[in-house]
Amino acid sequence: MTALSPRTVEKGPVPNSLTTGQLPRFAELYIFGASAVVSGVLLMLIGFDVIGWLVLSAVVYLVLLGILSSLVENRRKAVDRLVRGLVTVAFLLAIIPLVSTLFTVVSKGIGALSFQFITQTGGSAFNPDTLEVTNTPGALQAIVGTLIITGIATLISVPIGLFTSIYLVEYGRPGQWLSRTVTFLVDVMTGIPSIVAGLFAFSLFTIILGPKAFSGFSASVALSVLMIPTVVRACEEMLRLVPHDLREASYALGVSKFATIVRIVLPTAIAGIVTGIMLAIARVIGETAPIFMAASFTDNFNSNPFEGPMQTLPVMAYTGFAFPGTDITASNNSAWGAALLLVILVVILNLIARVIAKVFAPKGSR
Amino acid sequence: MSDRTSVESVSSTQPRQNTKSDSTTPLGGGTPAPAASPKRASRVRPADAIFRGLSTGSAIFIMVILAGVALFLIVQGMPAIVANWQSNPELNDGFTSAFDSFWAYVGPLLFGTLWSAAIALVLGAPIGIGIALFISHYAPRRLAGLLGYVVDLLAAVPSVVFGLWGIIVIRPFLLPLSDWLNTYLGWIPIFGGQVTTTGSTILAGAVVLAVMILPIITSISREIFLQTPRLHEEAALALGATRWEMVRLAVFPYAKSGIVSATLLGLGRALGETMAIAMIISPAVIVSFLVVTEGQNSQTIAANIALNFPIASTLQRQALIGTGLLLFVVSLAVNMIARSIVSRGSSKTGGKKKARPKPLVVPTGDATSTLTRDLVADKNTAAGPEGASA
Repeated sequence: MTALSPRTVEKGPVPNSLTTGQLPRFAELYIFGASAVVSGVLLMLIGFDVIGWLVLSAVVYLVLLGILSSLVENRRKAVDRLVRGLVTVAFLLAIIPLVSTLFTVVSKGIGALSFQFITQTGGSAFNPDTLEVTNTPGALQAIVGTLIITGIATLISVPIGLFTSIYLVEYGRPGQWLSRTVTFLVDVMTGIPSIVAGLFAFSLFTIILGPKAFSGFSASVALSVLMIPTVVRACEEMLRLVPHDLREASYALGVSKFATIVRIVLPTAIAGIVTGIMLAIARVIGETAPIFMAASFTDNFNSNPFEGPMQTLPVMAYTGFAFPGTDITASNNSAWGAALLLVILVVILNLIARVIAKVFAPKGSR
Repeated sequence: MSDRTSVESVSSTQPRQNTKSDSTTPLGGGTPAPAASPKRASRVRPADAIFRGLSTGSAIFIMVILAGVALFLIVQGMPAIVANWQSNPELNDGFTSAFDSFWAYVGPLLFGTLWSAAIALVLGAPIGIGIALFISHYAPRRLAGLLGYVVDLLAAVPSVVFGLWGIIVIRPFLLPLSDWLNTYLGWIPIFGGQVTTTGSTILAGAVVLAVMILPIITSISREIFLQTPRLHEEAALALGATRWEMVRLAVFPYAKSGIVSATLLGLGRALGETMAIAMIISPAVIVSFLVVTEGQNSQTIAANIALNFPIASTLQRQALIGTGLLLFVVSLAVNMIARSIVSRGSSKTGGKKKARPKPLVVPTGDATSTLTRDLVADKNTAAGPEGASA
């Protein structure tokens, strides 16, 4: 008994090469707290500023962590910790513009947003008797224009995009030149500058209809050029996820290829396809330059996509700033209102897409 | 599913024997069947042919669209490109008056496009790659998907909103920095010149551009980082490498081509971006490297088109379309290079892919596939990479 007791007496961590020479477990948290306090105090002396405080704490944190780690641990671990810190800072740097943008749009646009703003055609009216210009804020013409133009663009792009992706997945063989070329061109098309798409639509309709051929339909054509590649990529990805067993089972029962695709493959992938289309719509609904080129801008209410300029939300946000009316503040306000409406639309589309993807996702594949 | 099949076969011209329960006459059912069955196998049903034609047609139509974009831009842009800029009265007026030829006009614009995109890339690419690394290798597993979604949200914000944000937030925010750069680093040529008072500098534009190209760089690099063979990473860690050494030795060499092409795709996006530049900087059609001045910022092609299009006359519009054609060619070239690097990289690593256990995981979630997955995993760990790749 007495011989065994010294062994059991020793408790706590045994010092060895694996546990010594390390910073304590939550050292990074402690050091961050310390650097936040230090830089906060330092900035109090000069003049406090939130952004300056965050930047300074990050710098102090990285320097402190590097020094401490290289003293207590070794150089390799110090570099490792430093890189971890840098990478985290990079991520936080990306969050700042996102939060700042959304905050700015909401705080500036919320003032302009009202029931009247949504349901009324805006613009300025000149009264010849009193020589007064009255501005009415309103975005109805832009909301209608955005919905019509994006709707037509969707009607054009979805069939073309869906059929192309069906070709790529079901009919094209991987080595065939057509499917290889189309895959490559679709990839390249995703990089077409949006303004070039606008110029294309403008040129097309100028040649066909003559000069001043601004119309909502022309803008839809421009948006389709941007939307088709996105739709093709999304649908292709989803169709490829459909298990081959399903197709083979269907063929084995003697079902034709057409019926297999329409009855088996598409219903299986439909949730993903709808999600992809929603995201594609969300992408093009905010495009400004092509609509600006092809549909120009106007304050008048125009719901005929085949004739005359058409106003849209992104163009309204742009022109409100670039070409303000007589009352600059009012123009800017309605620009912010339009921007907020646009962001709300995009967020709704994104949310719908996510919900569809979540609810109708095929079980077990994710 | 089986009654669907029978409906399908009824709708086709030859009724089958096993559809006797349908209203088709059972009398003739027996005799034509043996003769018809080889014939039916060789015949293509009309619905099939139409559907096949539609899909192939759409695929070809995509090529037509791309060719059409180039064609219409050439047709509309040519008159201005070949016009005599010195004597033409229409071109001697307004914003094109100071230039002797189309090339003298488009040269500075092209420079401005490349210059602003380059600054945006220098600011954005390291951060984008850092974020991708954070999401793929540093963030907690459970958070990674959510964080990726947050970065993707950046891509969903419309460019005009970023433009407005740049005017309101970034311009004043960068003013002190511009002053500081000009005062203390003014001896470096690009920070020299008369410092700005409004903040409408190419620097502000490029910062907004950098934010806009972050999502594309991040999502592509993240995808490539996640494809690094698990065994390479685990081997590095097992040899005692720290996480950063693992990333440097296993992940970066594998993802090199992916990083390059992600950066190039970011460049392509930055080249074509219109609104951020058009709304933020106060431009001039000159070749200028200065980044913290106003009035001496090189204009970009896209922003120049957006600003001058509404006020242009017919021939000037065609000149703008000509500049747009050049932008189209440049960004197409950048995208093609990027995509061919990606596809070359993936075909090169196609052989390596077999060594990683991930593709052996059977995706469907039923009981058999779970069994197969276990078997596959066992075999994989027992045999090692050679066994798996064999």
